[in-house]
Amino acid sequence: MYKIAVIGDYDSIYGFAALGLDTFPVSEPEEAEKQLHKLAGGGYAVIYITESLAAVLAHEIDKYRLEKLPAIIQIPGVSGNTGDGVRSVKQFVEQAVGSDILFGDD
Amino acid sequence: MAILASTQVTPTRMELTKQKNKLVTATRGHKLLKDKRDELMRQFLDLVRENMELRKKVEAGILSANKNFVIAKAGMSAETLNTALMAPKQEVSLTVGSKNVMSVDTPILNYHTRTADANDIYSYGFAFTSSDLDDAVKSLADILPDMLRLAEVEKSCQLMASEIEKTRRRVNALEHVIIPEAQANIKYISMKLDENERSSQIRLMKVKDMMLEEAHHYSERA
Repeated sequence: MYKIAVIGDYDSIYGFAALGLDTFPVSEPEEAEKQLHKLAGGGYAVIYITESLAAVLAHEIDKYRLEKLPAIIQIPGVSGNTGDGVRSVKQFVEQAVGSDILFGDD
Repeated sequence: MAILASTQVTPTRMELTKQKNKLVTATRGHKLLKDKRDELMRQFLDLVRENMELRKKVEAGILSANKNFVIAKAGMSAETLNTALMAPKQEVSLTVGSKNVMSVDTPILNYHTRTADANDIYSYGFAFTSSDLDDAVKSLADILPDMLRLAEVEKSCQLMASEIEKTRRRVNALEHVIIPEAQANIKYISMKLDENERSSQIRLMKVKDMMLEEAHHYSERA
């Protein structure tokens, strides 16, 4: 049995606790990095992370890119959508095809 | 485009057989990998389209849920809100299956809630909280299935994208390096062998001439 984690600043993620997801509010990048590795090795199949935090931890998140689990998924935080999530999907296309042939116009 | 053998091969029959076998294997491998790449690409493009749709839907959903939470927060004290969400009644767990897509191991996520009651997302009494909080929690609960599907699809896309990249490189390496190199080597060796044969033929003819000359003091040449 795997669990689902949500990691980010408190204001962005506290609502998920009500749904039964495990929330881990962090404010410092170092703390977040430690927490991320702990979660990745600790039976969490999906880790939702706010886009703003993911931008800081991009290097650490990249380590799990080729692993089947956990899936680290960016979600917009309360302060707004940075567009990083959509950009990462475009990057998949770029990596696979060589250039973005699907979503280039939007 | 003429490709010269980059590393010199020894022009022997054994080497020729080896290079010919290499060419056959490389050609077959090239075809197989190309088929793999094409099929992976077909599935990837479908999946990545779904990924983009889901992502946009989920992001819009989370943004509106966040708005609802802000409204809920404005309507009551921070302590009340914290207490209300402190002890969740509902719990979500996942079982992970896997699906093999052209040798890429992609995850399948199935989620289970601890209790079947949909109202268990409200982990608080309704007396001290505003109805805005109920709406906020409900709006978040509504997008949870999409969020999980997004996780599954996005991870699959990620894994397939890197597999496609790897396969594409292998196809290109075979097509533009290994196969032309083997062909050039085969050509070089067979030409060299032919050359050797001709030169030994000439040598034999020469020797025959010399021997006849010696035996009969007779020259074949006019």
